[in-house]
Amino acid sequence: MPVYRKLWFWIVALIILSPLGLLAQGTAWGEWGSDELKEMLNMVPEGLAKLEETWHALLPDYSLPGFDKTFAQQAVGYIAAAVVGVALIVLVTYLLGRLLARSEK
Amino acid sequence: MHIPDGYLSPSTCAVFYAAMIPIWAVAVKKTKETLKAKQVPLLALAAAFSFVIMMFNVPVPDGTTAHAVGGTLAAIVLGPWAACIAVSIALIIQALVFGDGGVWAIGANCFNLAFVLPFLGYAVYRALSAGGKRRVLASMVGSYVGINAAAFCTAVEFGIQPLLFKSPTGAPLYCPYDLSKSIPAMMFAHLTVAGIVEAIITGLVVYYLQKAHQEELFFDAALERR
Repeated sequence: MPVYRKLWFWIVALIILSPLGLLAQGTAWGEWGSDELKEMLNMVPEGLAKLEETWHALLPDYSLPGFDKTFAQQAVGYIAAAVVGVALIVLVTYLLGRLLARSEK
Repeated sequence: MHIPDGYLSPSTCAVFYAAMIPIWAVAVKKTKETLKAKQVPLLALAAAFSFVIMMFNVPVPDGTTAHAVGGTLAAIVLGPWAACIAVSIALIIQALVFGDGGVWAIGANCFNLAFVLPFLGYAVYRALSAGGKRRVLASMVGSYVGINAAAFCTAVEFGIQPLLFKSPTGAPLYCPYDLSKSIPAMMFAHLTVAGIVEAIITGLVVYYLQKAHQEELFFDAALERR
């Protein structure tokens, strides 16, 4: 079995371990929502408030709707989001890769 | 390092889309030339790895969080142009499905994380790897430099907003923090935490591939055989 096929097991392991990423408290610098900015600055920049509403993601912040009460629920949501994300990305990349690499054969 | 919608002005976002469109076009062309059919699963693997590794938020001592990206690793295996495509796909899915990074900001985020990061990371790796003899060390230094360069670009994009875009009363319209705040904050998070994580992960995977005698998996090995 080529070694990179074994690397897929690492992806599965990382998906299962992904809730570790939830343990870090706080938001990445510059990624605060307007509610957080209001708390920090007592103001929300006008353009920011408008543009931030542009897009409503299906699974915002890697969570399943309703799965936000306990850490266990968040962890389940996070793993589910990782599965959905990896599946979509593998599908899109694989199809595009097939399209690009085809001429090589 | 995913800039959300609202932090960059629409004009800034337009500039970065305009920059990324030719980059993506060249990436498609170059990848057509170098990507072998049997490497397609590897391309998918690189995109998936980058996506999932970005979910591992690591605490930064200033109360924020940061994460690794895995873009230099993708470039070491697939070449920087294919890495650009793999990381761009991860970033676009993150923005559209998970709201991580804005939709306006896709151009800027891809410029930082899918262009600057893998290209600089790979260039440093190539310069230090001594024809494949020092791959692990070179990959660690390269990935560290790559992610920090991306963080610097992100910080500059944030920091110029309040200088360029103000309301008539002088209030910031978009990102409220100028360069004197954004550069130290972004660089602190990435020089001390995310860069180290990126270097360790990249070095570990490169070490593992070398240990498993997978020379042919390295993009530079394929280049030298040509």
